[in-house]
Amino acid sequence: MSIELAVNGQIHRVDVEPRMTLLDCLRDKLLLTGAHAGCEHGVCGACTVLLDGVAVRSCLMFCVQADGYAITTIEGLTPAPGELSVLQDAFCETHGMQCGYCTPAMILAAHALLAGNPAPTRDEIVEAISGNICRCTGYAQIVEAIALAAERLRGANRPAEP
Amino acid sequence: MTAPRFRYVSSDRRVREDRRFVAGKGRFVADIALPGTRHVALVTCPHPAARIVAIDKRAALAMPGVHYVLDGAELAAATLPLMAGLDTPNVPRRPLAVDVARYAGEWVAAVVADSRAAAEDAAEAVAIDYEPLPFVLDGEQAFAPGSPVVHEAHGSNVLLDRSFVWGEVDKDFAESPHRLSLRVAWGRSSTVPVETFGVVASWDPWREILDVYASIQMPKYPDQIAAALKLPASGVRVHHDVDVGGSYGVKRGIKHTVVAGYLTRRLGFPIRLIEDRLENMRGGDAHGPERLFDIEVAFDAAGVIRAMKMRALDNVGAYAGRSPFQLGKPVGAIVGPYRIKSVAYRAIAVTTNKTVQEAVRAFGQSPTNYAIERTIEEVATTLGLDRLEVRRRNLIRHEEFPYLIPSGSTYDSGDYHAVIDKVLRHADYDKLVAERDRLRHEGLLAGIGLAACLEPSGGNSSFEPLLNPKNATTTWMDSCRISVDLGGAISAAIHTTSAGQGHETMVATVIGEVLELDPERVRVVRPDSIASLPSNTPVGSRMAIMLGGAAFHAAEKLKARLVAIAAHDLGIPPERAVYRDGNVADSAAPSARRTWSELVTIAHRHFHKLPPGVEPGLSVAHIMQVPTGGGLPTADGRVQMYPCYSFEFHLLLLAIDPDLGKPEIRRYVVGHDCGTVINPKIVRGMTLGGIAHGIGAALYEEFAYDAQGQLMAQNFMDYLLPSAHEIPEIEIVHHETPSPHTVFGQKGSGESGYLGAPAAVASGVNDALRPLGITVNSLPMKAARLGDLIAAAREKVK
Repeated sequence: MSIELAVNGQIHRVDVEPRMTLLDCLRDKLLLTGAHAGCEHGVCGACTVLLDGVAVRSCLMFCVQADGYAITTIEGLTPAPGELSVLQDAFCETHGMQCGYCTPAMILAAHALLAGNPAPTRDEIVEAISGNICRCTGYAQIVEAIALAAERLRGANRPAEP
Repeated sequence: MTAPRFRYVSSDRRVREDRRFVAGKGRFVADIALPGTRHVALVTCPHPAARIVAIDKRAALAMPGVHYVLDGAELAAATLPLMAGLDTPNVPRRPLAVDVARYAGEWVAAVVADSRAAAEDAAEAVAIDYEPLPFVLDGEQAFAPGSPVVHEAHGSNVLLDRSFVWGEVDKDFAESPHRLSLRVAWGRSSTVPVETFGVVASWDPWREILDVYASIQMPKYPDQIAAALKLPASGVRVHHDVDVGGSYGVKRGIKHTVVAGYLTRRLGFPIRLIEDRLENMRGGDAHGPERLFDIEVAFDAAGVIRAMKMRALDNVGAYAGRSPFQLGKPVGAIVGPYRIKSVAYRAIAVTTNKTVQEAVRAFGQSPTNYAIERTIEEVATTLGLDRLEVRRRNLIRHEEFPYLIPSGSTYDSGDYHAVIDKVLRHADYDKLVAERDRLRHEGLLAGIGLAACLEPSGGNSSFEPLLNPKNATTTWMDSCRISVDLGGAISAAIHTTSAGQGHETMVATVIGEVLELDPERVRVVRPDSIASLPSNTPVGSRMAIMLGGAAFHAAEKLKARLVAIAAHDLGIPPERAVYRDGNVADSAAPSARRTWSELVTIAHRHFHKLPPGVEPGLSVAHIMQVPTGGGLPTADGRVQMYPCYSFEFHLLLLAIDPDLGKPEIRRYVVGHDCGTVINPKIVRGMTLGGIAHGIGAALYEEFAYDAQGQLMAQNFMDYLLPSAHEIPEIEIVHHETPSPHTVFGQKGSGESGYLGAPAAVASGVNDALRPLGITVNSLPMKAARLGDLIAAAREKVK
């Protein structure tokens, strides 16, 4: 069947089997390979994307269900080729990753958190990423990255000194 | 103030690999989309042991989009069995079961279809007639006479039963006033990366070459695939520029690759085999050690241990891969950080009807460390002494290094007492004890956990000749090539895949350090396996030592070449030519100099200006032998295992609500000494990640089986991976005792944290439960189990 998906601000018309997951559709049809399959049963969170700004597991929904939502993938957070967002840069600053497999999903989960909470506590950060499994880092440098990004974003949004 | 020893090494530089990952631009195997690729799904055996009577493929083949159903007989006729570590010819390991399947989940057939979904549908339609056979799950039972035998032709389940005696064990036991024995068990868990294993293979019949893209971390991978597929290794091109989504040892994937490699040659189009989570956990052959230890120690009234007898029995699952060697590596640190004079060690590996064991982070050392630490604590308990004090009395002292242990390895360097003192000071140990007592007063079960453990590093392969007399391997080299192009830009080639260890950053840093140039100027690339120099991949905490060492020596060669060219062109003796920041000057007349670009131009264009005998162009390589390596084991099994020994001391406070049984870690401090740190961000991350992994192994993770031989933990709702909630904030106390064997004094750190965290958590749990008279001697210590033990103990008190 044919559906329309709004991904990263662009409308895509795709022909899909009704049973195709949103994750497979993003990866195989739209070649947005930043979303990753980890468990494909909704626990590890590696497939996280944003639907109208909310972090969801793209392995647990059919792509036909995403018709009508604004989908954001990691590719949509990158301002320009070779250029990083404040949040992405903060992950580089603290080395909030190792193998990089869970990283796009972590960043999207963090992005959703910071969009609604510019000054999260450590507990709030931990809660926000608690649905995303990382096997490499033990999470500390991820938590630090998100706190650092929050601090930088708050600084960036402060009005200039008179 | 002293000047820093290094320009770039040890400075807190960013990790260059990170940029692509944060943008979602990593290149993982599932991102490789070759035109015309078809997909594989696997048909697995539902029984722990069964004869395959008949395979009916007709219904599957009739389904739309289905191309092929491959069975074990066809594959076996065309390929050779996979390489085994031990000399066990009657335990052949094949990618798809032939005649008999030996564990629930073993692959019996592979279905090829246009899409993964179509292949999965068709896999369900393959009808297989099985005749169930007797099976055995328990290691001790498999070892005992009369057990069902997993491989009939082998005659028993025993793959390895080797006894070593190092030193005068009987005499030391006889002369010691005290002794104790205990049994401890390390449960079956694994590293379980978030990315499953995957491979894409494509055969080109016109070039006669098999292109392989894989999520791999396996020494001698191209050679092993080639051997099984009966191809020359020069006919297998493994692409190393594939990012591996976590491995920590387990991404070995030979059987997957042989299936995909055979299918692409047979069918003529690219084949993709990406495990789903179930295939990964049940049939991916990636479980870790499942080990029983029987330990006896002899000690004096001060708690000083003189001798140890250790029997380790590992349940390696249904086939013999490389895993029995995981009983061999701990020989190189069999006494841990302690001065135990004599050791008797019996290593037993048995087959059972469980999933095959593979290499897991630390290659068997973490279970052994846990067993040693549990023993130390029992010695303290028996004598009524302080656990910390008993450790201090037994630890090797700083002035005793280099220190030869009974099993033949010499520890390079260390200052264990200093690390422990630093940690205690940092944590304010007395206050921590007071906090534990306060928690106890509040009605919680609270405990302090301690562990002092070693991380053998520099991954050699001495356990191969130690446990397999037909194998005389004495090198486990790694390599680096550096080239400078006509424009003066530097590129370095490394010859392996990486799974998050930051090798590109490390190599650039090392080369920048030697050449005195900004590491950002060094491009790091990964040629395919045919264009590569020999490498043994990132196993055994080796890359800082081995790849870092190879890059260092290659850069030194390049520097020497530049100095020779400059001296010749300046007409001065080479010893007068001084290299600085990429340029070379005459030490007697500093204005006489040749710049980097002048030297590059001479090398690339002006053969007439080159010293006689110097090759044109600027390309150098170094293939590095493992420091201290090269020797074969003695007849009584003494050998230098690894060159370097990192040390970690864990200190934690945990509390258990007696009604819930769930341990909560309130404070976690680790002292870590891995010599010189090349990149602080990377080493810190590995240590924290290793601890998280160790906490998982200690408290949450287990590949549990039911009595019918079915794996009960088949998904992430049953196999529990620690989330951000389960991992506490961890404080690292850094210490640095350089290794004399490495170029900057670095040791390994890729397995750090995991070496001691399970022992430390066990120590904390046992301290917490001691008031109830409970000792827990097996991992994992799941909340449900602890809750039951606590409830039973309280019932008794009532």
